[in-house]
Amino acid sequence: MPLLASSRHEVGTQSHPWVVYVLAPVLAIGLQSFVSLHFPAFDLVDLPLLVTIYYAITRREPVSATVVGALMGIAQDALTHHPLGIFGICKAIIGYMAASLGVRLDTENHGSRLLLIFGFTLEQTAIFWLLQRKLLGQPFAWHWIHELVRAVVDSLVGVILFALLDLIRKRE
Amino acid sequence: MESFFTRYRNALVLITVLLAQVIGLAVQVRRPGTNPGDKQGVRLIRSWVIGVVAPPERLLHWTGLSIRGVWSDYIDLVHVRRQNRRLRAQLGQVRLEEDSLAEDARQAVRLQALLGFQEKYIYKTVAAQVIGTSGTEQSHVLLIDKGAGSGLKPDMPVITPDGIVGKIRDVFAHTSQVLEISDETSGAGVILVNTRIEGVLTGNTWGQPQIVNVSPDDRIKAGEPVITSGGDGIFPRGLAVGTVDRIAPNPEGTLVNVLVKPAANLSALEEVLVITSTGSQMPVPMQQDLTQAVRTADILASRLPSANTPGTPPAQASGAASASASANTLPPAPPPPPPPIHPDRYSAGGVPPASDLTPGQQITSTAGGTAPMQAPGPAPASAGTSTAASKKRAPSPHTRGTSPSPTRQTPPHSGNPPATEPAPQPQGGR
Repeated sequence: MPLLASSRHEVGTQSHPWVVYVLAPVLAIGLQSFVSLHFPAFDLVDLPLLVTIYYAITRREPVSATVVGALMGIAQDALTHHPLGIFGICKAIIGYMAASLGVRLDTENHGSRLLLIFGFTLEQTAIFWLLQRKLLGQPFAWHWIHELVRAVVDSLVGVILFALLDLIRKRE
Repeated sequence: MESFFTRYRNALVLITVLLAQVIGLAVQVRRPGTNPGDKQGVRLIRSWVIGVVAPPERLLHWTGLSIRGVWSDYIDLVHVRRQNRRLRAQLGQVRLEEDSLAEDARQAVRLQALLGFQEKYIYKTVAAQVIGTSGTEQSHVLLIDKGAGSGLKPDMPVITPDGIVGKIRDVFAHTSQVLEISDETSGAGVILVNTRIEGVLTGNTWGQPQIVNVSPDDRIKAGEPVITSGGDGIFPRGLAVGTVDRIAPNPEGTLVNVLVKPAANLSALEEVLVITSTGSQMPVPMQQDLTQAVRTADILASRLPSANTPGTPPAQASGAASASASANTLPPAPPPPPPPIHPDRYSAGGVPPASDLTPGQQITSTAGGTAPMQAPGPAPASAGTSTAASKKRAPSPHTRGTSPSPTRQTPPHSGNPPATEPAPQPQGGR
């Protein structure tokens, strides 16, 4: 299963209708807030993170991915009681890295997507832990098993979500 | 120079974005003791995001409630009659329990007034629908559909009929954020009901409330109720918090943390009450309830057959009604003994209580049982006046020798009680 990009088609940028770029972040934030109310286990999934990664690996522009990630993270922070910027920093870094890796990897491949989301989910938690514990001095405990389960769940949901978003792209 | 920016454009943008947010974090983080509210700019951003997210959530919530309402109010009515009967029976029981507690409540109010204790009563609450959450495990925050327009303010307590939920964190025009008691940054003063141990309730990393830094105590058992202590100045005293789940050692010392199972179902909240007004005087509806409860107790006392035992004073009958009201929580009382065919001094009620007797006094048989006989001489000083002492004291030779009475009936067995010991009284009234 080749994960690295080997053709111009695989490294080319992909576009969606502009409505998708507006609606997807809002829906991600809103659904994350609403669904978690009725299904508490949905907290394991991080829809804003998945949208950030998808945008980054399809657009493959580190600058826009960084800004979009920061905005998504700040919007996510606004719904919590954390200071604004915790998730903003996390997602800005992840957007930048996903866009940079998207140039080198075959992001159409489900396997590479699975690995990317798995790694970025763990990375986000690591950055969050670093900011909370070291920068802000707030309590935050790291539980390996829990974080691995979260990363696996996020990866599986992400692969399905990315496939659905691909369908929208192919219809245009 | 231009080529430098062009070449490292991506990295420079990333560094700029990160630096701006780190500075923003530094501005937002405050020292302990300062005003915990957000700055105006931060509030504005939160308000924008919530303003975008809340209306669709409110619409979705309303749609779900409507569909559920149509189903439950017009279609799913199979068990309504049975449920109605059960609820009516429960209501009757609750009324009886309220009657039994009314006098205690009035007495507690009087005692609190004597002690100068400032009790907080809930005057006014605002019902609100929960329309969203923070969406992350790291922040236990709820979004409710009432805001400043409904009179909500930061730090107002949020409860359900089952127990406390949290407090208002931030208020916007039509929505508010509620910080749950399961969050690590929350805090509430609580007290264990049985052991009277006070502590601070906060959330742990798994989102379960816990009382932190409690001295190890073997008396703390699982299932012990936990209520608010009122010491935090936010929650009124006496609200249900939950029950003790288990005790976990505190990793930072020799103290322990008491994990609490919350009374309110924090993972499935739909409607909450925000306490918007409290006061030290008992509210009028509550006073009316208490008055009504006492009247009901009197009516019950006159109607219940068990409460009207012959010879029972009205006050005792009223108390008996109250006691019978709580009979569902107590073991059934034994039936009163039947009246004796040939009453003697061992019959129930045949001997007056020791408090009515004089030391050295003799008991005489009467038609209805026995009656005290006047002692011939002054009572011995050693007899004392304590009823308890005369109960425990064995019959002294002096008493026996100086006042031999032909009317005194000697019991057939050797272990007879002394003359001054009262016979067991009938357990009437239950």
